[in-house]
Amino acid sequence: MDKIITVDIAKCLACKSCEIACALAHSQSGVLEEATNEEPKPQKRVTVEPAAEFGVPIQCRHCESAPCIRICPTGAIQRLDEQSPVLVDAELCIGCKLCMLICPFGLLQIGTEGRAVIKCDMCIERMHTGRGPACVEACPTKALRLVTIEEITKAKRKEASEKLINSK
Amino acid sequence: MDSKQRSGDKAAQEMLECMFEAGIENAWDRLQEQEPQCGFGKLGICCRNCSMGPCRIDPFEEGPQRGICGATADTIAARNLVRMIAAGAAAHSDHGRDIAHTFKIAAGADNGDYMIKDEAKLKEVAARYGIETKDRDIKQIAGELSEVILSEFGKQAGTLTSAASYAPAARQKVWNQMGITPRSIDREIVEIMHRTHIGVGSDYKNLVKQGLRACLSDGWGGSLIATELSDILFGSPVPIRFGANLGVLEPGQVNIVVHGHEPSLSDIIVGVSQKPELLKTAKEKGAEGINIAGICCTANEILMRHGIPVAGNFLQQELAIMTGAVDVMLVDVQCIMPALGSLCNCFHTKLITTSPKCKIEGAEHIEFSEERAVQVAGEIIKVAVENFTRRKGAVNIPKARESGIAGFTTENTFYALGGRFRGSYRPLNDAVISGRLRGAAGVIGCNNPKQVHDSCHIAMIKELIKNDVLVVSTGCGALAAGKAGLMRPDAAAKYCGDGLAEICETVGIPPVLHVGSCVDNSRILTILANMVSEGGLGEDISDLPVAGAAPEWMSEKAVSIGMYFVASGVYTVIAEPLPIQGAKNLTKYLTSEIERDVGGKWAFERDPIKAAGMMIEHIERKRDALGINKKAERKLYDMEDRRALTF
Repeated sequence: MDKIITVDIAKCLACKSCEIACALAHSQSGVLEEATNEEPKPQKRVTVEPAAEFGVPIQCRHCESAPCIRICPTGAIQRLDEQSPVLVDAELCIGCKLCMLICPFGLLQIGTEGRAVIKCDMCIERMHTGRGPACVEACPTKALRLVTIEEITKAKRKEASEKLINSK
Repeated sequence: MDSKQRSGDKAAQEMLECMFEAGIENAWDRLQEQEPQCGFGKLGICCRNCSMGPCRIDPFEEGPQRGICGATADTIAARNLVRMIAAGAAAHSDHGRDIAHTFKIAAGADNGDYMIKDEAKLKEVAARYGIETKDRDIKQIAGELSEVILSEFGKQAGTLTSAASYAPAARQKVWNQMGITPRSIDREIVEIMHRTHIGVGSDYKNLVKQGLRACLSDGWGGSLIATELSDILFGSPVPIRFGANLGVLEPGQVNIVVHGHEPSLSDIIVGVSQKPELLKTAKEKGAEGINIAGICCTANEILMRHGIPVAGNFLQQELAIMTGAVDVMLVDVQCIMPALGSLCNCFHTKLITTSPKCKIEGAEHIEFSEERAVQVAGEIIKVAVENFTRRKGAVNIPKARESGIAGFTTENTFYALGGRFRGSYRPLNDAVISGRLRGAAGVIGCNNPKQVHDSCHIAMIKELIKNDVLVVSTGCGALAAGKAGLMRPDAAAKYCGDGLAEICETVGIPPVLHVGSCVDNSRILTILANMVSEGGLGEDISDLPVAGAAPEWMSEKAVSIGMYFVASGVYTVIAEPLPIQGAKNLTKYLTSEIERDVGGKWAFERDPIKAAGMMIEHIERKRDALGINKKAERKLYDMEDRRALTF
């Protein structure tokens, strides 16, 4: 996966707009006023966790060597190709919760519909239409961003080399 | 769950442990559930005033800097802030209006449930309103006063009479120059709602100006009216002993906890509860008696007039029910958590609402009316007695119980300082001038689960009295101090600096004076006005070496109170910042520049010791400005000196 979601914790105001946008993106109607009345209730895949005085939005990291994929006994958790996010096939999921136990970030949960596991899918359907993940789009302070690994490492390299020069 | 991280109060800690073990949620748990809280709300930069929005301003200046209508962070935060003031001023003033209605009923009745109890104060207040009192019948005076006061609320022209007749002349000049002298009460609140509607003003200073005007109509108007008329109706308080904390609940008695704000019903309940026929019924049901205890400001109203014990402050309302010993929790208005409704389902406790303004899901509603006060009170007490027999299992009442002295007022306190012989504010002012007292501070306000319950009040008060600053307190802050033993006269020797200890011991007062409920913050205003008129400490309230604080505030009423102290010239420090910090210019104005306009300003500091330090520093600056900051030599007076004294 080239692109990942990053968080600038200093900029997160814990307004939870990302949580609402995420649930909405995974609702049947996609319309806020209708989604609140839907059954099962739309569920969010990102949560803003309290940590000291900060709020930290956290969602699936889509690990390259994903332990959830390796442990899943039915092959329900999988990647479609090298560039694909880690996805759950609800039809195959038996709800054994092994993936929930092994995920180092605690980012999988049981869905209300069919009791299959749900997780962040990087808004794969939206991505097909050229839009970014709903959480990133909804963030009013741009604390959440969708960036390529190259962009991040390049920025870091630049910062590090400037530090080297300035530290003389 | 570490209960010590939630409350500094022993009884509260005990009940918090019980709730945790029983798996019953409370405000602290719900705060945790709410965390992290939305930063836009905290910073005051979310506007929901029209349906083009909601709009939010990015405080990091990367995203939008204007709402759809063009409102900036300063405009939005100022609008939100003055709307908070409108709500706070409305709550206090509506309380005042209710008392004024009761007062009118009392004035017109020959043998009603309410009577004029303090005729001297009636005449004093009538004189302030320009009503002739000489050779007139008490009921005539009361009748005229009630008409005049009721018309103050909706007056269309002129100046709010109490603002002009109670405040020092120099202070009124400041208000007039700034154009913030209140015209009436309701009008100032309505004008806030108008001005904050889409497309009216955007100048944040001009918005704040109307906030100042409305809060003055609260402090020197609605709240002051509530205080003065309550004294006339229910009797002016005199120093009285009271018991405090959950330990005042009696396992063998019918316990009625009155909670809320207005004294109209609770004062009657106190009297009716001791009627022989009701006590007889209670005994027949197996109870030893009928015990009334208070929570929040209703508690303050009846404890200062009748010595009725107080079960706790704001954050203890759920904990009181957890004891299983409360047969009825009787509520009227303000600061009543909706959570009580579902909590009472877990216990035999009946929650009874009484005001048409306040109905709560899960509560039984027995509507109170001033015309049938005694009758309604009797009905409610019967429900409580009946419910006593439905108690489930053993009660769980914490042992913690303190005692203290309450009932200090503008009229009695500082006269008490001078004794009968020379009763005036002179001894107080002299004590400040001589430096035995550095100054005075009002430590008031609510509880907030964001602070360790009570601990900020207590830490701040201890730091102040240690530094010879006399503390006056109201509301839930006063109840915190009472529960911690700071309102016992012997607290002086234990916690005070030498100067304050000497004064407290000589006169026999505690170092923290309980001056009433949250509308009674108006007593602090009139105390300050009296200090000014006594002379020697400047011409205006803003010259006095005093400061105010609300170290655990949470309500909109507290915002109105804080703002009217600032507008009256008092430096005011609060813990949780006002929700304005996303607006840089507005924040700078309220915490600094506004001092040039009105003499007072806001400061935000969560650490109570640091906050107390800021208050003392401010008091010292005022003492320097007055030129009284030299330690005076103690002088033996000879006869000539004595003759020169003008008492």
